[in-house]
Amino acid sequence: MKTLSQLKQLEAESIHIFRDAVSQAQNPVLLYSIGKDSSVLVRLAQKAFYPGRLPFSVLHIDSTWKFREMIAFRDRFCAEQGLDLIVHANEEGRAKGVNPFDYGSRAYTDIMKTQALLHALKTGKFDLAFGGARRDEEKSRAKERVFSFRDRHQQWDPKNQRPELWNLYNARVNPGESVRVFPLSNWTETDIWQYIRVENIPIVPLYFAAPRPVVARDGQWIMVDDDRMRLEPGERPQERWVRFRTLGCYPLTGAVESRAATIEDIVAETMQVRVSERSTRVIDHDSDSSMEQKKREGYF
Amino acid sequence: MNTIDTFLNEHEHKNLLRFITCGSVDDGKSTLIGRLLYDSKLIYEDQLSSLQDASAKNGTTGAGEIDYALLLDGLKAEREQGITIDVAYRYFATPQRKFIIADTPGHEQYTRNMATGASTANLAVILIDARYGVVTQTRRHAFIASLLGIGHLLVAVNKMDIGGYQEETFLQIRQAFQDFARKLDIPDIRYVPISALKGTNVVTRTPQATPWYEGPSLLEILETVDVSSDLNQRDLRFPVQVVLRPHLNFRGFAGSVVSGTVAPGDRIRVLPSNVTSTVARVVTAEGDLPEAFAPQAVTVELADEVDISSGDMIVHENNRPQVKDRFEAVVIWMSETPLKAGDRYLVRHAGRFVKARIDAVLYAVDVNTMEQRQAESLGLNGIGRVVVETTQPLYLDAYAANRATGSLILVDPLSNVTAGAAMVTDDVFVDTDAPRVVGDAAALLRDHVDRREFHWETGLVSAKDRLLRNRHVGKTVLVTGARAQAVQRFGKELELRLFKLNLNSYYLGYASLARGLASDVRDIRSEHDAQVQRLGELARILTDAGMIFITAIPEADAFTVERLKVLNAPNELLVVSLERDARRPVPAEAALDEAAEIAQNVDVVLALLADHRVIPEYCI
Repeated sequence: MKTLSQLKQLEAESIHIFRDAVSQAQNPVLLYSIGKDSSVLVRLAQKAFYPGRLPFSVLHIDSTWKFREMIAFRDRFCAEQGLDLIVHANEEGRAKGVNPFDYGSRAYTDIMKTQALLHALKTGKFDLAFGGARRDEEKSRAKERVFSFRDRHQQWDPKNQRPELWNLYNARVNPGESVRVFPLSNWTETDIWQYIRVENIPIVPLYFAAPRPVVARDGQWIMVDDDRMRLEPGERPQERWVRFRTLGCYPLTGAVESRAATIEDIVAETMQVRVSERSTRVIDHDSDSSMEQKKREGYF
Repeated sequence: MNTIDTFLNEHEHKNLLRFITCGSVDDGKSTLIGRLLYDSKLIYEDQLSSLQDASAKNGTTGAGEIDYALLLDGLKAEREQGITIDVAYRYFATPQRKFIIADTPGHEQYTRNMATGASTANLAVILIDARYGVVTQTRRHAFIASLLGIGHLLVAVNKMDIGGYQEETFLQIRQAFQDFARKLDIPDIRYVPISALKGTNVVTRTPQATPWYEGPSLLEILETVDVSSDLNQRDLRFPVQVVLRPHLNFRGFAGSVVSGTVAPGDRIRVLPSNVTSTVARVVTAEGDLPEAFAPQAVTVELADEVDISSGDMIVHENNRPQVKDRFEAVVIWMSETPLKAGDRYLVRHAGRFVKARIDAVLYAVDVNTMEQRQAESLGLNGIGRVVVETTQPLYLDAYAANRATGSLILVDPLSNVTAGAAMVTDDVFVDTDAPRVVGDAAALLRDHVDRREFHWETGLVSAKDRLLRNRHVGKTVLVTGARAQAVQRFGKELELRLFKLNLNSYYLGYASLARGLASDVRDIRSEHDAQVQRLGELARILTDAGMIFITAIPEADAFTVERLKVLNAPNELLVVSLERDARRPVPAEAALDEAAEIAQNVDVVLALLADHRVIPEYCI
């Protein structure tokens, strides 16, 4: 009996999902967040359409507060991989100077991320968007479909999701509605790291520990990535060996103290530390059901 | 570092088991899953800390104990209601295996969720509360698991601690389940006595509590059960998802091997074209493969230039699936709108969408007793056997032989919601070649029209396009009356007047029909019926073509008119009757006085046509 290893099964499933979605959609796009999951997502998409190119663009929502290293990586990675990159920012928000300090993480995320994403999807007339979300990331995502339906207002209604049986996905939508597709649904954190390792997939250096200027805030290390960072009275940046478990907007993304310089180090640390990775994202702590709330509003 | 290296490499090469857990709210299912996750060290510290907050608010366990169930219920509404109302997927791994759990609710209304979880599972864990034994719900869960083709059942008799771990209790429940399970088609059933709360026989065997139990722990069974033979490795089925044509020298067909194997040199056949060729290469991004097997996703290149599009299927030359546009299936209904005979849906099967129509509901199955009963329709969570008809043939295997090509979903064509799931069965009730049994002549005709319309192939010119060019829509006008001559004359005058108004009109006399289209009808007894049938079909075609089609049948009876109306569906027939006296032979939209001026009578009909928005107002 021939069987596939679990990682090869996950890979095959993701490739199947990519091809299925493309065969159903009019105008698909891949939401590229620059993080490690996005890197894996791109690699799987490339495999799905090898030896052809990706039959869709990759879209990055630039909140204007990303780590500088992320933007540099994005431009290098997309150029190397020959991706058709679209960058979209909420220009109105940028002009108004919307930032996480004055507006608070909630309002800021809504304006610069959720609204920007909705606007980009609407103007691009995309009826299907690939995302890198995994079900093991967070409680409310455990019930997320692989093909997740969004209504005319791009909103997610947990009560109005389509039953999903076998691998018979249903991406049919009426005009204005859309589907988010998550090819990494069944991947776990460990799967992602091992895949990056065996496939030698480039990721942003921020995942690896290095001395970086940080301040301690609400029990987390926040990196002072540029001079826009607003320091509280008495706060003084200090240099610490830190790394990031997830990447987002630098004032909202906590670093963990670490000396892990390789993937093996990181996995070893993860197994020992056992702090669920999303806990370093400040936005999730706004309220008990905050991720579910954000999803309903259209956040990825 | 070497240990992590080993850990990661081992993790990569583990095999995978997908299983579902079924049990009611109180069976301790969430506690069991919580424990599996916890003990396999995947519950991270912060999830535990947020859990302790929530336990204080909603927890149902005693003070000081962790409520493992709260780990699982993700969504806010559910946390408040305290029941799981959707399928949640959980992941954990042991050094032996990686697991994906579909956590499905046991609540009565949620048959569809269990079916969803079961559709991708190799194994089902069925929890039984030792205090209550095999209950209705247990039977329901086992039935659905067998329906979805799950070959391995793990019956966990839980809460053994409450009764003091009595062997007798366990044996009784096992016997009761065995008696019932004989009716199900599940080859592999195991039983294990556990206490999810105390951890008895969950991860490791606990002989202190159950010295009389000599079998493996629940997790040991999960780690060792062999599911490699569950996949059909015999029949190659390769639905083409995408045609890849990056440059002139490469034309590959990308898809997943959903069953069987494929290798270079294999003789293959393409459906529906039936063209045969040879596999030249099996391409992946990592290089060509000597062979691909399920569930690998690959790209196949053929030796010959064959026209293949997305949705076609590649199979081995001499191993064909059934090619059918009418077949029986067991449906699990998932929509608030009941499923009835005659309903239209889209079928998604093996990567394509095809229009479908429910030909008949054969019977419904009571999910609790497994008894069949007559049914006109299937409601939400209903299960039943139906006959499905599709506009194009599907490439099917029975679900029992092939899960991938025997499964399909039904999608509502307007809302696009997935309304049901179906599993193809062998045809038992319907002989697809035999003529169909229908109650009476009218029903037979309606059924004929329904099928004709369902299979009607429309061109690229829409009715609206025709309207824009012609300035009017198509219509069939039936002129009848007592006197043949008057009827025919009026029909021709109407044709002429419409023609002079620059409208497309055509008159066909009944006699021309009898000598032409219907000239092959020889049987004197059915002659009239056959002629009417042909006239009706012709009217349908000419109306669709945008023509104002006029025909005259002297002394048409109500039956003939009714038949023509049915045959003309979805278009409506305009019946005009020329009468001599007050007697009305047929129900007509316009009863004209035969003695009146013809031009005047034509005016009346034109007004009627304008009224029906067939021709523009300004024509009259």
